[in-house]
Amino acid sequence: MSTEFHNLQELRHSVSVATKVFIQRDYSQGTTCRFQTKFPSELDSRIERTLLEDTVKTLNSYYAETEKMGGQSYLEGCLACATAYLIFLCMETRYEKMLKKISGYIQEQNEKIYAPRGLLLTDPIERGMRVIEVSVFEDRGSSGSSHSSSVSSGGSSQR
Amino acid sequence: MLHLRVAEPMRECEYSQISTRSSTPMETPYKKRTPKRRKWQAFPGRNKFYCNGRIMMARQTGVFYLTLVLILVTSGLFFAFDCPFLSLQLTPAIPVIGGVLFVFVLGTLFRTSFSDPGVLPRATPDEAADLERQIDVANGSSSGYRPPPRTREVVINGQTVKLKYCFTCKIFRPPRASHCSLCDNCVERFDHHCPWVGNCVGKRNYRFFYMFILSLSCLTIFIFAFVITHVILRSHRYGFLNTLKDSPASVLEVVVCFFSVWSIVGLSGFHTYLISSNQTTNEDIKGSWSSKRGKGNYNPYSYGNIFTNCCAALCGPLPPSLIDRRGFVQSDTPHPIPPTNGTTMYGSTQSQSHMMCSGEEPVQDLSCCHTPAAE
Repeated sequence: MSTEFHNLQELRHSVSVATKVFIQRDYSQGTTCRFQTKFPSELDSRIERTLLEDTVKTLNSYYAETEKMGGQSYLEGCLACATAYLIFLCMETRYEKMLKKISGYIQEQNEKIYAPRGLLLTDPIERGMRVIEVSVFEDRGSSGSSHSSSVSSGGSSQR
Repeated sequence: MLHLRVAEPMRECEYSQISTRSSTPMETPYKKRTPKRRKWQAFPGRNKFYCNGRIMMARQTGVFYLTLVLILVTSGLFFAFDCPFLSLQLTPAIPVIGGVLFVFVLGTLFRTSFSDPGVLPRATPDEAADLERQIDVANGSSSGYRPPPRTREVVINGQTVKLKYCFTCKIFRPPRASHCSLCDNCVERFDHHCPWVGNCVGKRNYRFFYMFILSLSCLTIFIFAFVITHVILRSHRYGFLNTLKDSPASVLEVVVCFFSVWSIVGLSGFHTYLISSNQTTNEDIKGSWSSKRGKGNYNPYSYGNIFTNCCAALCGPLPPSLIDRRGFVQSDTPHPIPPTNGTTMYGSTQSQSHMMCSGEEPVQDLSCCHTPAAE
């Protein structure tokens, strides 16, 4: 039990030590959800430019499709109004369905591309659709032992 | 074995951490015993939550209850005193249509009042720190005097729009968002704070608000017209004074409807204009897109024609709530900065102090449903 505790502790330490890079929203096309495709310079050494840009562009296209105003969304809106919005008790809105799809995409990208490079993308919905948060982890292999030593030395100084 | 030796001093530290203060981010046994809180219980804005986070309203709800009472009493009197006569003399369709309108009015009122208007969650400590760094770099990091108000300019459809920095929420507000001082939240596409519905009107509930005032105009005019008809018809048969004696409620209804009609129909007309030009009340009052401001000043959000603007406002996709009020607070991730905290704190030290200070006021008022706060 205390062993596992100690490992979780190490993980949390590496999360808190990680730096975070934020990809901000791009409002040049209005209030629709779009993120800047400009590559943040802090990630130059960690990942290839095109990979991140592709991910952001794909996300932008998903969000554009979500907020697109066309026949289907109007139909959904009118149907909802006619049923006094009760229909949403049994059915998901198109927006929610797309958000689930986006979540799945981000998770897949994290597993395939970002985690092997020590990065982690956070779903923008968890940050109020303001930013795509990229957590940059330090090399966990080397930091693990150094963390446990710092914890124990911290402990001894408390006494 | 190595771990056991390390664990011993750690446990001693944990206990000493509880008795003093949180200086190092450590797991405490205290934390495990704390029941999981829902996010609405830790919400930093000045909102009230009911039914375990399902219902969200502003803090001052007195006027909302007045609205509800006025609608219920007037409609109730109409159905009780005027409808029997009218359905016999004219047609039973009158109470039916009245009933449908009444249900629609209440439904849209509740939907407007109880839903999240489009509140933007406050920045996490990491985000706020990152923004502060960027702003300091841009300003030339000065100290000793308050730096000028922070703004960012962005060009939208050819029009330059200034994004303001919100000091409370620690974010740059998206275009058309505004900070409501009554609710202490930034709201997307902020229209206005309506005391009559007891909530802000923003991106997520504007269409319900519009449907509410439109249907309420119809209901008010409907009741007004048919009460007058009732009084006239009855007066022909029994005389005016006898009519007033038999149906005193009609007088009250006429008075209420007469005064309501002007304001509500006027408001519906105003919002119809706003919707067709794709503006918010906020923008209209400030004259943000008025041609008086300059020759090249136009509304960059308008789609160009009235029909598309109306469709976009009323039948467009409805975004989900960003604040996830019924989700559980993740105790091991950093929390957004509480309103009383002036300094920026990051990472796990923030989460630790959040655990320690249970005095963060839960802004709920559990008058509605049965479930206790702690689950």
